[in-house]
Amino acid sequence: MSSKTLFEKVWEQHVVAEPEGEPTLIYIDLQLLHEVTSPQAFEGLRLAGRKVRRPDRSVATVDHNIPTTMEGRLNVLDQTAVKQMATLRQNCAEFGIELFDVDSPDQGVVHVVGPELGFTKPGMTIVCGDSHTSTHGAFGALAFGIGTSEVEHVLATQTLPQSTPKTFKIAVEGALAEGVTAKDIILAIIGKIGTDGATGCVIEYTGSAIRSLSMEGRMTVCNMSIEAGARAGMIAPDEKTFAYLKGRRHAPQGAAWDEAVAEWSKLVTDEGATFDRELIIDAATLEPYVSWGTSPGMVAPISAVVPDPAAAATEIERKGFERALEYMGLTAGTPLTKVNIDRVFIGSCTNGRIEDMRAAARVAKGYKVATTVSAMVVPGSQAVKAEAEKEGLDKIFVEAGFEWREPGCSMCLAMNPDVLKPFERCAATSNRNFEGRQGRDSRTHLVSPEMAAAAAIAGHFVDIRTWEVKA
Amino acid sequence: MEKFITLTSLAMPLDRTNVDTDQIIPKQFLKRIERTGYGDFLFFDWRQSPDGQKVADFVINDDRYEGAQILIAGKNFGCGSSREHAAWALSDFGFRVVIAPTFADIFFSNAGKNGIVLVRLPEDKVELLMQRAESLSHYKLTVSLADQTVTDSLGFKASFEIDPFRKFCLVEGLDDIGLTLRHAATLDSYEAKHDAAGWLKPKSSV
Repeated sequence: MSSKTLFEKVWEQHVVAEPEGEPTLIYIDLQLLHEVTSPQAFEGLRLAGRKVRRPDRSVATVDHNIPTTMEGRLNVLDQTAVKQMATLRQNCAEFGIELFDVDSPDQGVVHVVGPELGFTKPGMTIVCGDSHTSTHGAFGALAFGIGTSEVEHVLATQTLPQSTPKTFKIAVEGALAEGVTAKDIILAIIGKIGTDGATGCVIEYTGSAIRSLSMEGRMTVCNMSIEAGARAGMIAPDEKTFAYLKGRRHAPQGAAWDEAVAEWSKLVTDEGATFDRELIIDAATLEPYVSWGTSPGMVAPISAVVPDPAAAATEIERKGFERALEYMGLTAGTPLTKVNIDRVFIGSCTNGRIEDMRAAARVAKGYKVATTVSAMVVPGSQAVKAEAEKEGLDKIFVEAGFEWREPGCSMCLAMNPDVLKPFERCAATSNRNFEGRQGRDSRTHLVSPEMAAAAAIAGHFVDIRTWEVKA
Repeated sequence: MEKFITLTSLAMPLDRTNVDTDQIIPKQFLKRIERTGYGDFLFFDWRQSPDGQKVADFVINDDRYEGAQILIAGKNFGCGSSREHAAWALSDFGFRVVIAPTFADIFFSNAGKNGIVLVRLPEDKVELLMQRAESLSHYKLTVSLADQTVTDSLGFKASFEIDPFRKFCLVEGLDDIGLTLRHAATLDSYEAKHDAAGWLKPKSSV
């Protein structure tokens, strides 16, 4: 038998048909739905008189639009958002799909909820009308974002026609220095290969530094695969994966658990299997990173200065750099530790899990948020919120002057009331620093939860490696 | 889906790289539950100042390009969010073709499902077309899907690659779900076997 990659094993398991000269038809094990990218898909079904083929293979939650204050949730002022959430409610009821609504103890950001309830499992194919579906690849699932027409296609047929992607192995080898996190690994990778560096590819992350990450850290890495242009990111399941899954609501139990672990354990890239592309990164060279521009590839180590467009490799790149610096209100040559911030956002599908809350709280404990900064912490789900409160993390944040909010996508994309004012500068643990992403003329810097918490306290970026943690 | 064979139209130059879908259609317009009516919001933050004035030097507001159905842009067009609203907005505004060196994957798929032809040309050729569209008045391009060529009246001619099946779907204006349902029997038997693989079940109740 020939050697296969993890991706090839999962892909082959899901091939329904391979019609000559057409894309492969693959089976989708799970579709996650939310309020923003699903209404037109359900409407399409209704117009064509089609049913949802497998309502038991979909789950839905509200996350993108929902306010993150209690008052805001009880009385949503934005009537278009109200209508969109009501439409999801109505569609789920009409087509028999399980929904974690605003008042559910299971509500949260779709990519936080899926793993935490045990929906996400190794070897599955998972889609969602959201580009950060790549998150679920941390379990050895093939998970990718799709458009609304494809959401409709999956609802109607539980399949998708897909051309076979290329494979790209990124090995991160060695030990990470203290203060260097999963977020820094992925920011470094995007900085290195660019925002189109993995277009058309499924990345498999391997190497001792990846193995050493918790499941939460692995999800952070896979989450931002899309920011490198990748179709998906995957990490082979191991003992950490199984330990995370065991006992979760939708994890197999008893004999089925043992059978599942035996199957999941086969989901590793075979010795001798080949990839279309490979890249090796030495973990010891990585530092904490900060994005300085308007594309997630525009990152620099915290020890660096804002880069000079004159140093750009090409004329096209130089123009892009200049435009980004103008938008960001930054001057080339400024040390990143001298960049002052106005706002801090800790949360999102990238860094809104319990481990992220713990990491930020550890930095914040015993300090106060700078008087010039307004900072908020938005847990990724109700379960993350409950666990954080059980551990007293909310008290640490509140005592330090952070706002402690209700779960949702919040200021990652600012569709709800959590929006930056024009020209406000924000240290954010989210995934995109595009122009206007957090509000018109907003200025976003992507960082790890530790770096965001420290920036909130100092009022500017600081090298987390120099931070004094108070017991 | 509207069929596509050949189009001759004014070409609008958008000389920016990495144009993400947040720029193509900002988030505040994603709350609607319809598929249509997004054209007025295309590139909203670039075409309109915060006080509602037209941004005079943004290309969409330039009368010279009124009615253009072909957009020329820099590499990695359509990166970022999966929002199909980006394709809906381009289509609703009137664009049927986007020419760029590269496109992001999810946008590529979304565009195809909405009858938008994405033409990949080498960077130097895109640069030349960009310059001509910027400097020559009423500069038109002809895109032939049948011949897989882009031509102008000054002798420019470039061929582009397109997946044969994608081309077939665009030319015929075919609906994907209908195509998949040709495999209904195969799907039924696959699914019956697949459901037995307990370790791939999303829910304990499936």
